[in-house]
Amino acid sequence: MDTAATPTSPTGAPFSGAALPAEWRDFFTLTKPRVMTLVIFTAICGVLAAPGSINPVLAFTAILAIAMGAGGSAVLNMWWEADLDKGMKRTMNRPLPAGRMRREDARDFGVFLSGVSVVLMGLAIGWLAAALLLGAIIYYAVIYTMWLKPRTPQNIVIGGGAGAFPPLIGWVAVTGEITAMPLLLFAIIFFWTPPHFWALALFVQSDYAKVGIPMLPVVAGEKVTRRQILAYTLVLAPIAIAPWYIGGTGWIYGSVAVVLSALFVLLAVPVGTRTRAAEGDRMLPEKQLFKFSIVYLFVLFAALVADRVAAYQGWLA
Amino acid sequence: MTPEEEREFIRRRKSRNLVVAGTLLFFVILFYAITIVRIGEGG
Repeated sequence: MDTAATPTSPTGAPFSGAALPAEWRDFFTLTKPRVMTLVIFTAICGVLAAPGSINPVLAFTAILAIAMGAGGSAVLNMWWEADLDKGMKRTMNRPLPAGRMRREDARDFGVFLSGVSVVLMGLAIGWLAAALLLGAIIYYAVIYTMWLKPRTPQNIVIGGGAGAFPPLIGWVAVTGEITAMPLLLFAIIFFWTPPHFWALALFVQSDYAKVGIPMLPVVAGEKVTRRQILAYTLVLAPIAIAPWYIGGTGWIYGSVAVVLSALFVLLAVPVGTRTRAAEGDRMLPEKQLFKFSIVYLFVLFAALVADRVAAYQGWLA
Repeated sequence: MTPEEEREFIRRRKSRNLVVAGTLLFFVILFYAITIVRIGEGG
């Protein structure tokens, strides 16, 4: 993982032409810390909402392993896409395209972080949770990043699957088994991702087309993207309410899920059905939907935790 | 390397070494805590 060339030449001359070692902050940046906040939040929710108890040290370790796995796969994503990142304004200042780090160091760091996360999860928590974590890393770094992202305009849908793993793994870390509830948490994030991301894609100009990534708004057009936003929202709403419907949660989560999902659909209908008026269109419905989608996920998962903690503590009896 | 680059080289290497040392210490403590908890659970 050493990013520096040898500080002395074979002849002993100091630092002849040696590259500077990468800053530790650049390694940290490769792990996509902003994305990781959502990963950690949903993983904590999975741990707290699961039935049963887990020692706080082990709970912390499970969440740490999930965060490390997410970080490791993000590093591998940045390693693989370094050339693409060089061609896009949003990403050209990342450590690799900006030339602040050697590519093989990023690759080694990603593999190391991913490997340690899986072994840590297996030894401290259990091998089912570790297998799911390994599956999530391979899903994001290989199936999504290397294989499907450059090949299909449904790449966001597939990428959403990677983001959906943390609450599932957090839940399984506590219970040791895969049941309907953690699968529903997985499905909520999976179906939430497309309307969230495509709403953003409608009002933010991206450079993806320039580097040959087939994003839906570019490949299929705005009209199809709008229809897909509405379609995924209509699928998301019943899935978000399902944990309450099947008896997995109480009224706290149920009422929040019904209200939030109704609002999500109400905001998605104008986005899904309207056509852009003119060049000067300020895209307010799309911006509203995007902002609301972030609130939606955070509040929904917070309500799930509140509901389950209240039930386990007997406060609702 | 110019003297400025050399100073920067040493500064970066030092800060990275400190981060690695801190991370190792953290994991030593974490593995100790995990071991105690696991032994306490009888696992």
